[in-house]
Amino acid sequence: MRQLVVIGNGMVGHRLVEAVRDRDSAGAWHVVVLGEEPRPAYDRVALSSYFDGTTEEGLRLPDLTARDGVELRLGDPVVAVDRARRAVRTAGGSVLDYDALVLATGSSAFVPPVPGHDLPGCHVYRTIDDLEAITADARTATTGVVVGGGLLGLEAANALRLLGVEPHVVELAPWLMPAQVDEGGGALLGHLVTETGVTVHTGAGVAQVVPGADGRVARVRIGEGESAREIPAGIVVFAVGIRPRDQLARDAGLELGPRGGVAVDAACRTSDPAVYAVGECASIDGTVYGLLAPGNAMAEVAADRLLGGSATFPGADTSTKLKLLGVDVASFGDAHARTEGALEVVLNDAPGRRYAKLVVSDDAATLLGGVLVGDAAAYASLRPLVGRPLPGDPLDLIAPGRGDGGAGVGALPDDAQVCSCHAVTKGAITAAIAEGAADVPALKTCTKAGTGCGSCLPMLKSLLAESGVAQSSALCEHFPQSRAELMQIVLATGITGFTELITRYGRGRGCDVCKPAIASILATQGGHILDGEQAALQDTNDRFLANIQRNGTYSVVPRIPGGEITPDKLVVIGEVARDFGLYTKITGAQRIDMFGARVEQLPAIWRRLVDAGFESGHAYGKALRAVKSCVGTTWCRYGVQDSVALAVELELRYRGLRAPHKIKAGVSGCARECAEARGKDVGVIATENGWNLYVGGNGGFRPRHAELLVSDVDHDTLVRYIDRFLMFYIRTADRLQRTAAWMEAMDGGLDHLRAVVVEDSLGIAAELEAAMARHVAGYADEWRGVLDDPEKLARFVSFANAPDTPDPTITFGTEREQPVPAGPVSLGMPTTRPHHVEV
Amino acid sequence: MTVATLAPDRTWIPACPSNRLAAERGVAVLLPDGRQAALFRTFYGELYAVDNIDPFSGAAVLSRGIVGDRAGEPTVASPMLKQVFALRTGACLDDPEVRLDTHPVRERGGVVEIAAAPDARTRT
Repeated sequence: MRQLVVIGNGMVGHRLVEAVRDRDSAGAWHVVVLGEEPRPAYDRVALSSYFDGTTEEGLRLPDLTARDGVELRLGDPVVAVDRARRAVRTAGGSVLDYDALVLATGSSAFVPPVPGHDLPGCHVYRTIDDLEAITADARTATTGVVVGGGLLGLEAANALRLLGVEPHVVELAPWLMPAQVDEGGGALLGHLVTETGVTVHTGAGVAQVVPGADGRVARVRIGEGESAREIPAGIVVFAVGIRPRDQLARDAGLELGPRGGVAVDAACRTSDPAVYAVGECASIDGTVYGLLAPGNAMAEVAADRLLGGSATFPGADTSTKLKLLGVDVASFGDAHARTEGALEVVLNDAPGRRYAKLVVSDDAATLLGGVLVGDAAAYASLRPLVGRPLPGDPLDLIAPGRGDGGAGVGALPDDAQVCSCHAVTKGAITAAIAEGAADVPALKTCTKAGTGCGSCLPMLKSLLAESGVAQSSALCEHFPQSRAELMQIVLATGITGFTELITRYGRGRGCDVCKPAIASILATQGGHILDGEQAALQDTNDRFLANIQRNGTYSVVPRIPGGEITPDKLVVIGEVARDFGLYTKITGAQRIDMFGARVEQLPAIWRRLVDAGFESGHAYGKALRAVKSCVGTTWCRYGVQDSVALAVELELRYRGLRAPHKIKAGVSGCARECAEARGKDVGVIATENGWNLYVGGNGGFRPRHAELLVSDVDHDTLVRYIDRFLMFYIRTADRLQRTAAWMEAMDGGLDHLRAVVVEDSLGIAAELEAAMARHVAGYADEWRGVLDDPEKLARFVSFANAPDTPDPTITFGTEREQPVPAGPVSLGMPTTRPHHVEV
Repeated sequence: MTVATLAPDRTWIPACPSNRLAAERGVAVLLPDGRQAALFRTFYGELYAVDNIDPFSGAAVLSRGIVGDRAGEPTVASPMLKQVFALRTGACLDDPEVRLDTHPVRERGGVVEIAAAPDARTRT
């Protein structure tokens, strides 16, 4: 067996190894991968999602060592290549022989040698380590400067924004992303990016990074002469370009390209036939490509050659589609109309916030390329048409309302590329579907399509839909419908009971999946959630209007709107907890949780609380939990609006609102954001002119910042939009889908949501507002509803045959002067030992 | 395999009035020996009782679980960690090694009665 040594474990090196293993069915090669970074290969294209809550594991590429004949050595960079001996030496002193060597060392970020470029607080944007360092420095920075307004620079600006740092972008060219978009697109891009809170300085170079007294970055001096100015900066990120990492090749005497990079031929072979180079370290036809798609193409070519094939580099597809700072940008083919005689068809719709340009051949018969800014939905269908006859009037392809708004993927020929990152054709995808790939994850696994930049995912969905593959959205074995469909059925039929619903539209008697979901749907129609057979649908928390704990006791959370509470009410909570022996803890939602209540104690606890003016805080429900607030203008010297009054108003407006999942909200009185509103489903932040509304934030397992829906709206408009947003979510989300996941899954994403909520594009705003008005008018405290109803009250007993006898399995110990579960002791002696006990 | 057929001491104790046991809403019953049972009436009127203690968490909570069915088999789901148990047999449908004791139940003169001791069980 021959040994293949691969230097570099980035995306292209990873791809090469996969390609070799896919082709090497005879086991001709043993592959050793030598990586410099201590971690296995990860998705560098998606690096920015690290700031949206994606973890390192989430970015990781499939484990190469899971495949036979692959050895992975990480954290030990190669320091020398001895071509005469056909061996490489690592920093750790290992020497490895090779029969073939592949250089996949990638590139490093280029840092312009301006004074101060290496001060503490200066970063590049390249690896997970870089991101971690940026995150650490961002904690103390209020403003930051990103040097470079290309796609990486805008990603870095977004990262700073997500880290709470006000970003400035400095770009030498007259507009942003000059490599991808033309002047017209760049103008709109600059405008849209500025709206997101990024300050853009184009046509300006960085002159110096200026340190403060502590020796760290303090300011950045940009421009020259009259236009010279300084920007305060606690952090600086350089994202001006890349340099191929060709030092090993240089030292080994391999030929280099005219602008650096290891020179390779169309077979990706260097001047030494035993050595290949792929990706950003390679110079092919004199060009170094800093994009994934050409890198992957090189990896495929080299792998083919290693297995005796004769593949050649097909030329680089530099098409790009990205969402940067919430702005769609796409560029494909001859975007700058460099082909001789090329004609341009331009739609520059500034009020509609979209710019589209198609480049066509001189006879207007062939599509050559294009630029899309603001709305890149047409990219998926346009890019595969490059070099092909136009299906009709080019304007029809980019102007909505004309034609069918772009050719559908169904109209594409089989050899058209759908996934340009991995060069997967439409034919390959339809073949995979015919062989049984039934959903997008299956297509990703068997064709790799959609695993790069992801811009072809809508086309994959369309192809699945066109092939008639049905995506099951059934709630469970009892209902073939999705939650949203059942919601529509309930709204249309007026059905108010589970039995009627399951008899007419489902089968069987339900389960712990469908029953709570349907209880939530029925709850939106009014009435107490424990009325009649609805009580049997509720999860234990809703059934006992309290939160079950590990020993079978419950915790009780009274509502404290906006976190504002009088001393007298605080005393009542203290007395109740003391008298019932409850453990107390302050929650993250500015309320007080009392733990350790037994079922039969709940009504007496509620009685005391309700008499003192408290009501249920719905901590147990898939419902509005709390609206957190800072103290706002009432006390704070920085506040610009009364955040407490608004938080109290919103909490009282939406209390008791049942939803597919819990809903959290926050209101901050100024941009300092002390209420952490952007971590909530609904976040409101005061501005000098009104309120900014953010939606879709999430803490928990997958944290996500809320996204800006509207800016500077007045109070009434704000409440109206929140009404619409919440009701739209309640009507259309899946079971147990938080607003964050709902928005991510939404076709058209934030733009579509904004169209529905702000522009009423579906014509349902009035209906949504009316539904919310009914909720507000019909609200009643659920605890009081039990206390006032003897039939409901009778359910709150420990045992049917001994209503007041405490459950003998519940016992308490003491920790830090408070009662805590001690046990539970298993008196019932289950016939089998538990496998795992929740701790 | 050894089969031990126990002659059960079938002592019946009153659990609750019939109208107190609503369909698909379990109640807990305290047994004379200090053990607990979870007592259920299905939508179709069948009565079942199983151990009230959830073997996965050790907490006495199964009477508060959601009653339904899986492929027609009447079930209760633990409110703690959601494992599903067959009401007829006590078998955990999510873990074949776990089984709850079941108790005979009957309805007499407007009262639901439960056997103080669990069903005799074939054990290996």
